[in-house]
Amino acid sequence: MTSAQLEIQLIASIVAIACAIPGTFLVLRKMALISDAISHSILPGLVIGFFITHDLSSPLLIVLAALSGLVTVILVEFIQKTGLVKEDTAIGLVFPALFSIGIILIAKNANDVHLDVDAVLLGELAFAPFDRLLVNGADLGPKSLWIIGSILAITVTLLMAFFKELKVSTFDAGLATALGFSPAVLHYGLMSVASVTTVGAFDAVGAILVVALMIAPAATAYLLTNDLKKMLVLSIGFGVLSAISGYWLAHWLDASISGSMTSILGVLFLLVYLFAPSRGLLSVLYRNKQQRIEVSLLTFLLHLNNHSEEEERHINHLNEHINWQKVRSKSVVDLALKNNMITIDNNVISLTDKGTSFTNKAIDYIITNDDTEIESMKEDFFLFRG
Amino acid sequence: MENKNLAVSVDDLTVAYNYKPVLWDIDLAIPEGVLMAIVGPNGAGKSTLIKSILGIINPIAGSISIYGKPYDEQRKLVAYVPQKGSVDWDFPTTALDVVKMGTYGSLGWIKRPKQKEKKAALEALEKVGMLAFKDRQISQLSGGQQQRIFLARALVQNASIYFMDEPFQGVDATTEIAIINILKELRKSGKTVIVVHHDLQTVPEYFDWVTFLNVKKIATGPVKDIFNDDNLTKTYGINYKVSVQQ
Ligand SMILES: Nc1ncnc2c1ncn2[C@@H]1O[C@H](COP(=O)(O)OP(=O)(O)O)[C@@H](O)[C@H]1O
Ligand SMILES: [Mg+2]
Repeated sequence: MTSAQLEIQLIASIVAIACAIPGTFLVLRKMALISDAISHSILPGLVIGFFITHDLSSPLLIVLAALSGLVTVILVEFIQKTGLVKEDTAIGLVFPALFSIGIILIAKNANDVHLDVDAVLLGELAFAPFDRLLVNGADLGPKSLWIIGSILAITVTLLMAFFKELKVSTFDAGLATALGFSPAVLHYGLMSVASVTTVGAFDAVGAILVVALMIAPAATAYLLTNDLKKMLVLSIGFGVLSAISGYWLAHWLDASISGSMTSILGVLFLLVYLFAPSRGLLSVLYRNKQQRIEVSLLTFLLHLNNHSEEEERHINHLNEHINWQKVRSKSVVDLALKNNMITIDNNVISLTDKGTSFTNKAIDYIITNDDTEIESMKEDFFLFRG
Repeated sequence: MENKNLAVSVDDLTVAYNYKPVLWDIDLAIPEGVLMAIVGPNGAGKSTLIKSILGIINPIAGSISIYGKPYDEQRKLVAYVPQKGSVDWDFPTTALDVVKMGTYGSLGWIKRPKQKEKKAALEALEKVGMLAFKDRQISQLSGGQQQRIFLARALVQNASIYFMDEPFQGVDATTEIAIINILKELRKSGKTVIVVHHDLQTVPEYFDWVTFLNVKKIATGPVKDIFNDDNLTKTYGINYKVSVQQ
């Protein structure tokens, strides 16, 4: 690995971490779209900053671009508050307008400078190592590493300081207000961090990857955990993983680095969406099927409980009496047998003691809706979970 | 009553959403130590009244004081259980974590909850009979259990005044009794409890004070004096007959 390769991966990983932190809160606040809006509408700020400073890496540029990110948020909220359109519509109105103002400004005035639309959308990660920070002739490393590194340091500091405030205002804005943590202050704080991060990151990785790095790792992590801290750690992990493996994928395929990273993010999300242990699509489908069988099981046990006559309990009559298809009655009988709830003697089914007590507990639960009745059964049966 | 302390005092309160007034010139004095129901039809502004008292909504006119001072200075004296559905149930957080949020107010900005806060949260969970569920993700709890968690979160605030918005909505009878017993206990220890309540039948049994609200304040006072068909009719607009059993 050359040092340029190492630097690219380092920059990409730091960008990934810096994006995952505000991204986690954006996802939880159902504001994923706003990051898209910010990433596009910072353009006019960048262009105006460039006209003033004629220097693409001037801090003023970052400040102005971040400001136009905030203007986006404020405009979106303003349009939304008129009550005439929904939030996503408002976002869709604002950011193309700002983005096209930026494009027009470039086209009109900046034909001869290094500011082209492709670079804005896709970034130029491969070139990032060549733009060095030189102080008194000493090479301190790539400039973008310093920019995004400083932004990350600020983000982490803010996160550590205001974690509980962000958590409570995201979860329950009413409580946050009542406790004296102004949700508006936290909201604009978060939006400022998201804007500054977008600006700092997009020179290196482009607007599309910034959005992907903010939203995809957090959305993936969301499917895997019930703990906000773990969600943060996981989304950082997914971001860094995609950054590094995306880099090598691009290297191997000789393809766009940003494009490969975005693809890996997409694939990771898809895998987790399908296979996540409790919220994944497959386990949801499996659980639904289990629940259907368990409802049938309960019906079946109640039937046995209510009928002592042998003919009602004959295995061949099961289908007629409870009116089930063969398949279902077989899986229900199997489940009951597996749990030692019934015995089959001469094709006549009887409840065991365990079966009787389970049935009685279940009846109690259904009648009283008292959760303690059912706690002990929960591990065996999906039906009573949740 | 004159020499009794006023826990909450609302003067000339008017609140509007998009210029449409939903609370109109409300005057309300809530004495210390009552267990009060706020009753009124859907859309009467009951939730809005509570949110205005707690500074969650800015009124267009009027003033509010908690023990004679503005709410901002008295935050720590007040706890609030929001109406169900006002939070994100899929948020990655556990029952214990939600109850801990009740301690954030006394911690203030930046300081993080420590062992002491955790202990208080566990005690509150125990009190509402939810200790066994402390590590559950909140969407995995039944409606009644969720309500108990929010009650525990209010208890942990150790406030003097408790506001609850429809705590009995969607809970089973056992939970309803458990909650009302805790509320009665709070009153016994001198706290003031204000509850938005829907079931008119249980008002005389649960509460000692009542406020009738429908955009305007219809009446407020002791249940035994003012909980009658006349006020119910004025509030609900139709000729109401509840058999008031004392
Ligand atoms: N955020 C809001 N924006 C606009 N109107 C609202 C909002 N919240 C409540 N309202 C309206 O204000 C009125 C009072 O609402 P609310 O206080 O929730 O009533 P209640 O709790 O008594 O059912 C209703 O007509 C409701 O539609
Ligand atoms: Mg309400």
